[in-house]
Amino acid sequence: MKKIIIALLTLVPSLVLASGGGAPLDHANNDITDKQSLRNGASTYVNYCLGCHQLQYQRYNRTFADLDIDEEEGIATLMFTGEKPGDHITNTMPKKEAAAWFGTAPPDLTLVTRFRSSDWLYTYLRSFYSDSERPFGVNNTAFKDVGMPHVFQQLQGVQELTADAKAMLKLPTKEQHPLANSDLVLTQPGELTPAEYDVMVRDLVNFLEYTGEPSKLERHRLGYWVLGFLVILFIFSYLLKKEYWRDVH
Amino acid sequence: MLANFMAWIDKRLPVTDAWNKHLAQYPAPKNFNFWYFFGSLAMLVLVNQIVTGIWLTMNYEPSGEGAFASVEYIMRDVDYGWLLRYMHSTGASAFFIVVYLHMYRGLMYGSYQKPRELLWIFGMLIYLVLMAEAFMGYLLPWGNMSYWGAQVIISLFGAIPVIGDDLTTWIRGDYVISGATLNRFFALHVIALPLVLVILVFLHILALHEVGSNNPEGTDIKKKKGSVADSEKSKFAFHKVYTDKYDIVDAIPFHPYYSVKDIMGVVGFLILFCWVMFFAPEGGGYFLEAPNFTPANGLKTPEHIVPVWYFGPFYTILRVIPDKLIGMLGMFAAIGMLFALPWFDRGTVKSFRFRSKAHFVNLVQFTVCFIVLGVLGTMPASELANLIGRIATLGYFGFFIALWFYSNNENTKPVPERVTK
Amino acid sequence: MSNAPVNNGRRRFLTAATSVVGAVGVAGAAVPFIASWNPSAKAKAAGAPVEVNVSKIATGQLIRAEYRGKPVYIVRRSQEIIDSLGGHEDQLRDPQSAEQQQPTYATNQYRSINPEYLVAEGVCTHLGCAPTYQKGDFSEQVEGVDYGFFCPCHGSKFDMAGRVFAGVPAPLNLVVPEHSFPTAGTLIIGIGKGDA
Repeated sequence: MKKIIIALLTLVPSLVLASGGGAPLDHANNDITDKQSLRNGASTYVNYCLGCHQLQYQRYNRTFADLDIDEEEGIATLMFTGEKPGDHITNTMPKKEAAAWFGTAPPDLTLVTRFRSSDWLYTYLRSFYSDSERPFGVNNTAFKDVGMPHVFQQLQGVQELTADAKAMLKLPTKEQHPLANSDLVLTQPGELTPAEYDVMVRDLVNFLEYTGEPSKLERHRLGYWVLGFLVILFIFSYLLKKEYWRDVH
Repeated sequence: MLANFMAWIDKRLPVTDAWNKHLAQYPAPKNFNFWYFFGSLAMLVLVNQIVTGIWLTMNYEPSGEGAFASVEYIMRDVDYGWLLRYMHSTGASAFFIVVYLHMYRGLMYGSYQKPRELLWIFGMLIYLVLMAEAFMGYLLPWGNMSYWGAQVIISLFGAIPVIGDDLTTWIRGDYVISGATLNRFFALHVIALPLVLVILVFLHILALHEVGSNNPEGTDIKKKKGSVADSEKSKFAFHKVYTDKYDIVDAIPFHPYYSVKDIMGVVGFLILFCWVMFFAPEGGGYFLEAPNFTPANGLKTPEHIVPVWYFGPFYTILRVIPDKLIGMLGMFAAIGMLFALPWFDRGTVKSFRFRSKAHFVNLVQFTVCFIVLGVLGTMPASELANLIGRIATLGYFGFFIALWFYSNNENTKPVPERVTK
Repeated sequence: MSNAPVNNGRRRFLTAATSVVGAVGVAGAAVPFIASWNPSAKAKAAGAPVEVNVSKIATGQLIRAEYRGKPVYIVRRSQEIIDSLGGHEDQLRDPQSAEQQQPTYATNQYRSINPEYLVAEGVCTHLGCAPTYQKGDFSEQVEGVDYGFFCPCHGSKFDMAGRVFAGVPAPLNLVVPEHSFPTAGTLIIGIGKGDA
């Protein structure tokens, strides 16, 4: 009986592993307490992403307050189209036309890191490679046949599949493995060095992790206080219980 | 002053008497262990769900257009709205953890056996209503997993011959899951089912106090009147409804002994609960699932549709049976078996401590099968998973069948007359 | 046969201590429930200060702005109106604005920062109707006063500083909201003078 149980229990983790499927993700290692990183990410976002992707649940003034950005300065550097500070971070891209341009309307990104994970986003933004068969000339190892152009191409440069990866794709389907970021090589440098580019992407991912849950920092801060309080209450309630239970023999 | 006021009330409503009868002079076995915390904890979580639920409805918008955005509104724009929402979402999973452990306690110690069959039935009804409540509540955030989860479960009813398709349309109020479905689920989730739940909990406790609590040894603390020497009787005063009929042994009044113990249990539970709520409210993707952070989309199915973890065991039973109708019947039968547990078990010895080795093995295999079914339910289907799932399904049903056979003539150990601790 | 505990101080102390700490916990747990009733970020965004360009208002003209769901009257007072304000003070209920119906920086004869502009909520202090601006023909309400506000609901009368006349149902002067002029031609309603 016990052997069967052990056999069953050992099967479970192997099933979990088998269900993973996709290529491994790189670690974003971002830090949402790093306000400078968040501010850099916000700046990258409004300059490169906001044209297509809204943050329709996130307000400008909340962002300013949480990221320690002075409101006047925030209005001057992050708000370009005459919104009010209390407005949501939105754009005016028409949804229907956008769907026609890109095959699918660019999704709202407020919650993208909660939906996809920060590591995925970090990997994705660093995994575009040139592919002449795609409408925008790029494909992505983390998101096959993605409809989005590589908006950071000028900064990152051009990546291509390594010779090994190209050879691998010619093998029968069974022997192929999913493409990963490690199958790419930079063939044409961009304005940023790879290390600088990674930092920029990490800051952007960090900002989007923040927008996914703006109360996260407050949640952690409050959590320590609540747990500390409960531990004290537990000590008292434990002593009280012990005291009363001296009656019980 | 206060005494006069209480006297005035008591003449009109038996408050003091009820307090004594159900708390201060209610005889509870003195040997409750860790497993006996979960009843009061379930009560705590129920109160948490009701109160936070009321507060969430203050800002939630039950419509296909507004539901998803209103949840984000609560998470961002309402002061402490994120906390109220996490209390509710973490509470939902905590409710099932606590209730599963509470039920398992009953299973181990035979608390469903005569004379507690009705108590068990009320408990099972609570469990059933809780599942309906959780299922409907899960649709409300109107995320993509909410949508497809509801889609899959409602489609089950389509397996019923003849009326199936019309029935699913009737449940949805539309040809697909839509705002109409959301609205009716909202009404049931916030009003109808909680009301039923509260009434059932009341009946559950009333039935419990009529028959009295079981204990880890399954001994009876109520002895025949006059059969116990005064020196052996419990030294505490109990309400006359109990002492008039029985001699009470090995018991202590619920209040203050179990109230202080349960308070300690509550605080201990809250430490774990708050730890999850403040530092891991997604519960590793099991309490809040990642695909639910994108709005419901009837044209885009999430990669893996898996139910919330607490439906896992039953979902697996449904999935591993290669026929839609039989699968559905199997799933409902799995719950039905639990209802009928008091009659599957023909034994008279309650606690597994004094039952046969066969019973112990059966209990262990059931535990393993239930957990395996639960784990499989949250994973994508595969050949191997289906095979294991089928074995575990057999184990699940086999528990009840085997119990029925061996419990009739079981090789049990003698149950001590008195609590041995 | 008794529930009476071994009545010692330790037991009483622990009961009291646990109760007090527990009560603090309950009070703390009540905070999110109470705080969630405050205006949300959405309500605050909708009630954010309103900026009005007042440089283009013609003399004697009234424009309406909306601030937190209430109409705010902005009148560019002519010199003639400003000069006339002192003339009928004996007929007013609260000519010196003793009641706190205006920010301290507007507690003066003109009930404003800049005598040229009257900024007042267009909400009658009687029962909340919107008074009508009578331009030149207010004398049919109060003899000898050409400009003023007349409330059509119950006949309350206010002068061009929003001060209420005696003998009408409205008890108080019109409310002057927090406001300021960051530049000469811009009025901000909702941010007080010196707060910005």
